[in-house]
Amino acid sequence: MSTSVLFDTPGPRGRVRNHLLTVVSVVAVAGALYWVYSGFDAKGQWEGKIWEPFLQADTWRYYIIPGLIGTLRAAAVAAVLALVFGAVFGLARLSDHRWIRIPAGVVVEVFRAIPLLLLIFFIFYLAPTLFGGGDYAFIAVVLGLTLYNGSVLAEVVRAGVHAVPKGQSEAAYAVGMRKNQVMRLVLLPQAVTAMMPAIVSQLVVLLKDTALGYIIAYVDLLNTGFKILPAAFFGSLIPAAIVIGIIYVGLNMLLSYVANWLERRSRRSRKTAATPVAPPGAEAIGLRSGGGLDSTD
Amino acid sequence: MDDLIRYAPELALGFWENVKLSAVAAIASLILGTILVAMRVSPTPVLRVAGTAYVNVVRNTPLTLVLAFSALGLSDQLGLIFSDVPRTNSFWIVAMGLSAYTAAFVCESLRSGINTVSLGQAEAARAIGLTFSQSLRMIILPQAFRAVIAPLGSVMIAMIKNTTVATAGGYLADAAAVMKIVFDDTGASIPIFIGIILAFMALTMPIGFFTGWLARRLAVAR
Repeated sequence: MSTSVLFDTPGPRGRVRNHLLTVVSVVAVAGALYWVYSGFDAKGQWEGKIWEPFLQADTWRYYIIPGLIGTLRAAAVAAVLALVFGAVFGLARLSDHRWIRIPAGVVVEVFRAIPLLLLIFFIFYLAPTLFGGGDYAFIAVVLGLTLYNGSVLAEVVRAGVHAVPKGQSEAAYAVGMRKNQVMRLVLLPQAVTAMMPAIVSQLVVLLKDTALGYIIAYVDLLNTGFKILPAAFFGSLIPAAIVIGIIYVGLNMLLSYVANWLERRSRRSRKTAATPVAPPGAEAIGLRSGGGLDSTD
Repeated sequence: MDDLIRYAPELALGFWENVKLSAVAAIASLILGTILVAMRVSPTPVLRVAGTAYVNVVRNTPLTLVLAFSALGLSDQLGLIFSDVPRTNSFWIVAMGLSAYTAAFVCESLRSGINTVSLGQAEAARAIGLTFSQSLRMIILPQAFRAVIAPLGSVMIAMIKNTTVATAGGYLADAAAVMKIVFDDTGASIPIFIGIILAFMALTMPIGFFTGWLARRLAVAR
């Protein structure tokens, strides 16, 4: 549905006003872009010399690709661990036993409330006594991301199981299934379909947050692109920022696109009776799927 | 425990910087986010495209990169200077980067709020002859805001936690930076860590409860 529900089809005066507004906004946007362009130009940021490194294979081979691999490695390990953490603690919070439910709830709520960077710092300084050796920066980034995103995913799991209509578990109990059969055979398969979009959106957050490793000198894309590379090629700071910015935005948009696609698919799906779980922190009260003032873009 | 007491004054001063950053970024990002959402639903295609592009790019860029670019790129290279005092300048650079980043999330929340307003409301507004800006201002946005109070609370809580990334923007006075300096002295100190966490929780939990309460109180009955 289009946004046109918010305004009438413009009449003659409205059209003039819209054209005027279009012209004004084009000028404003172009002006803002020109301001950035000329600012960069005045500092010589468009000179071929400082952009040249990005056309050479060696720059990619020795700086950008290793950084990208560092980012993806941390993100992949943390994603797997966070999914395990989320599944375990999400299910523990749904337990019928109070002595499991309450401690799991405390763990999840505490790790969700801690600023991630503080957690990473703490693990980074704790790692030498805890692990004795290894790549402390990598351990700190991965463990921090796991604990935080795992806690968020635990909430997603809980919401996903709750999103399955009550009749499903009632029917399962009625045909004589045990508690773990109900969860394993009836609730979870339907909940996973409903959770998929929220899980992928959270993985976008996780991938983005690997950049925090920059602060504790973990060798990720931001570090190689923004610290090491400009040190090797003098003056290439802004070109480097633009190039790695494009890589980050491209990666995350790709994942976001997958999340949207999954959401559309699970909305249509007849494999689940549950409605898709909204990404954490994004749901509006009373949000219905469709029927509202949806905008097209 | 001794460590916490010994370093408490520095840590408290550091945390106060997080509070100040949060206050500035909360106001600025709410204003900027509202402007962005108005752009995204406006009758002018250019504004819609510009708003969408801004939100998609900023939302998918790591905050660390936004802040590092603001400090090293915009401030050092392009001469975007708020103050001649380096410390004050860094504060405003970080506040600006954080606001620009959070505004994209505020915009997304508000847009999902606009989706909850029923079609009839917008049609009725048009039927009685309200213009686009009138219906947005008097009919749509007030209802949209009321529907997204709780999500906006979550966005603000995330923003408060994100003030710790100020280090990446060269502002080395906030609680995270102070904690790092202290840890260089003492090693990982559990009391200090818990102390700072509790301070952040004391800031974020009331916001969670308050916005939750307000959301229930102001919920639009449909």
